[in-house]
Parts: sequence; structure tokens; C-alpha cells
Amino acid sequence: MCTAMLALHAAAEPTRLRLATTTSTEQSGLLAHVLPEFERRFGVAVDVIAVGSGKALKLGENGDVDVIFAHAPELEEAFVRAGFGVNRRAVMRNDFVLVGPAHDPAGIKQIRSTPAALRRIAERGVTFISRGDESGTHQKERQLWREAEVTPQGVWYVSAGLGMGQVLLMADEKNAYTLSDRGTFLSYRRKGDLIIVQENDPPLDNPYSLIVVNPARYPDVKYIEAMQLIAWLTSPEGQARIGGLRHEGQILFHPMAVPAVAEEKRR
Amino acid sequence: MSFREALAASLALLLAGDADVLSAVLVSLRVALAATFFSSLAGIPIGFLVVSRSFRGRRAVEIALRTLTAVPTVVIGLIVYTLLSRRGPLGGLELLYTETAMILGSTLLVVPLMATLTMAVVSHADPRIEETALTLGASRTRAALTVLIESRRGLLAAVASGFGRLISELGVALMVGGNIARKTRTMTTAIALETGKGDFPLAFALGLVLLGVALGVNLVVYALSQEGR
Repeated sequence: MCTAMLALHAAAEPTRLRLATTTSTEQSGLLAHVLPEFERRFGVAVDVIAVGSGKALKLGENGDVDVIFAHAPELEEAFVRAGFGVNRRAVMRNDFVLVGPAHDPAGIKQIRSTPAALRRIAERGVTFISRGDESGTHQKERQLWREAEVTPQGVWYVSAGLGMGQVLLMADEKNAYTLSDRGTFLSYRRKGDLIIVQENDPPLDNPYSLIVVNPARYPDVKYIEAMQLIAWLTSPEGQARIGGLRHEGQILFHPMAVPAVAEEKRR
Repeated sequence: MSFREALAASLALLLAGDADVLSAVLVSLRVALAATFFSSLAGIPIGFLVVSRSFRGRRAVEIALRTLTAVPTVVIGLIVYTLLSRRGPLGGLELLYTETAMILGSTLLVVPLMATLTMAVVSHADPRIEETALTLGASRTRAALTVLIESRRGLLAAVASGFGRLISELGVALMVGGNIARKTRTMTTAIALETGKGDFPLAFALGLVLLGVALGVNLVVYALSQEGR
């Protein structure tokens, strides 16, 4: 009787896995698209904490979560090197776009490389809005300025501590340029006058990875369940599910963990 | 980072006179002080008139003012944003994402509070003050001013409440200010941002300053209310 009750209790209370993730996976509907199947199959309930990539990694550093879904490659590498995380695994990718006013005041639409386009924005002193919040997008923007060999500062460089949607609104209001992930820009586009001025450039690639918080550091980490999540999302089936998410006919995240599936889905 | 470490790091930032901290403190103080001034200028006369004069719809105005004190700050933020947006009626002024816009929004936010607090203060004032002033030949405006001066302790507390609401305000500052570094970033928007980044020392430092400012204001109000007692 007692064992039966315990078994019932176990069935009613699945293990809770804490996932700290960048906001785009949650806001785009990806997690709602892939997690229920995982939860059903493995009897694990996933608690999603959607924050910027920087904060997600900080939460992992403090042992407040079990697994992290981020898109800040440099920070992720440093996180693993410092011994905070293990088993970093690339899961999927999409890309960033440089957007600006329709009349392109810096004249950068014809420029072939994004760093060169940024250099032009800086030279002409046209307003550029930065997320300024340590998010994955902010990390990517910093990397692009480094590649452009420009230290962005001055009245034209506005560091707004806001989310992507609010920064797009601000860029639209101030006739400014900004860097955005394609998904957020697509869902925002109809409300403003901004256009894409740079896209499909290799530096704009945006890979997403899963990392498990080091169980040797925090023994409470649900290591097995975290690895199950990685296994499921990088399996051919999980990858196909990721690639199946569309917004107005466009793929939001290209699976990249299993090359064959990724190729098939991209076609 | 432990609580102690964050606290120690925040104190170090404060003592070093960190430029980001200083800028956020100054923007917060400027906006809160200016908005307190303007909302007092509008709210105190409104509150006085509603209580001491009888006119049609007085009851409705009173209820409306009381209701407006409960409007969420983000709603005021939304209204001011829509007004000042490039596509809004006042878009040509290019005030969005400036301190002026924040002062405007903050003032609108607190006028109803100032008015209702004034109503409470004035309705408790001795009615003989105004009568006496009028008997002594004062004009109606002069008599009204006498009532307000005699109620100064209560009014001072009302102004302090308004300031307290404004210095800790987040919604309007974020929406119409845009949380721009060294320009429209206040203590509260900085705390929200730094917490979002997972960088707690700066957030803590600003939290401490906020507490300090609140303490300072209350000490000043206390000292003034004791004066002449």
C-alpha cells in the first residue's frame, strides 16, 4: 500500500528540470513547440526561465538552474572553460539582420560586409541603437564592432537597456539602425518603417547551444534529465520538430545538430 | 555571488563615485524633483477647489481623481508614448526618449495623488481660517492661500508622498525614457536592467541610494513638520 502510494506520488510529481533560456526561444514559440513532447516521453517537467543569454549563464554559474539554452558563443565557451558547465552541444541556428530606416541615411545597403557597413554608420555618425543589456544580440553586436575595428561611442551610439521589440520601436522612432534577430524583426515588421540593410553575411550567423550545469560543482543539478533534454533535442526526431516551426511560412530555427536532417529540412 | 559579496561590491561602486551610478542618481532626482514641483503646482489647487468650492459635478470630479490615483504607471507611460511617438499628435516635438518626456509622464501620474491628498488635508483644516480671512477683508484667493499656508504641514507630507512615488517609479521611465545609458537611465530602470543581466552589485548600489534618498526626504519632512510646533 505504502509503495503503491509512493509510486502514485512519483507519477503525479515528475522531476522538475530548470531551463534558463534566452528569450527568443520562448517568445518565438519554439519551447512550446518542442517541450511538451519531451515532457510526456521522459516524465520530466521543464520549468522555463526566459532571460537574456548573459543572465541565463549567470543563473547557471550560481547553480540556480540545471541546463542552459543560449546564443552567445563566446560567453558559452568561457562558461565551459571556467568549469561552470559541461557537454555544450550546438542545437540549431538562425541569423541576425542589420535593420535601419527605409531611406538608408548611411547608404549601407549596397555594402557587401556587415562590419564595413557598421564602420560607415560610425563614420557618418548616424544613430545606432544598442540593446546594451548583455543579451546574446548585444554580444553579437560587440563582436561585429570588433570586426569593424570601431569602438562605438559618441552621441550617435545609444545604449538602451531594453528588449528587442522595444529597441526596434526606438530605432523606428529615431530613424536609427540596430541589430536584430530575424525572428523578432519578422514579427515586428508590419508596425514600422524599418528595412533590412544587411543580411546573409557569415558574421551574422546565430548558433544556439544547450549546456548542462556542471554536476561536480552543484550536486543538486538534474544531470541525467538535462542530458535527456539534450539527447531529445539533438535527435533526428527532435531536430525535425525544431525545423518544423514556421512563422508566415519561414523557418525560425534551422536544426544543425544532425547534418543530414538539417540539410533535408533546409531544402 | 553571495549576498555579502554583492553588498560589498555595491558599496565599493558607491564610494568610488562610479559614473554610471552617479548619472542614474542625478537623472532620477531631476525627474522626480521637477515632476513633484509641477504636479504640486497643478494638484494642490485642484484638490483645494474640489474640497472648498461647490460646483456642479464636484462629486464626480472627486471620484474621478480618486480613481486616477490607481492608474498603473505603464498605462500613463503608454498614453504619453502614444502622444509623443513620431506617429502621435505631438511627434513633431521630438520629445520621446528624453528627460522632458519622463517629467511630463511623471507629472501626469502624480497630479491625481497630489489633488486627493490635498483634499484630505484641506478638509481637515479649521473652516474658521477662511471665514476669518474673508472677514478681515482678504480676497477669495488670499483667503484660500491662507488656508493652504495654515495646512502646510499636511501639504508637505503630501508633497513628500508624491516625491516618494516618483523616485521609485519604473513604468513611465522605462516606456517614455527608453532606459538610455547616461541619458534617461534612472535608478529604477538601471536596477531592472542590471538584475536582468544578472549583475547584482550595481543594482544593489542603486537600491542603497534609493533607500538613502527616501530616508533623507523623510528626515527633511520630519524636521519641517516639527518646526513651529
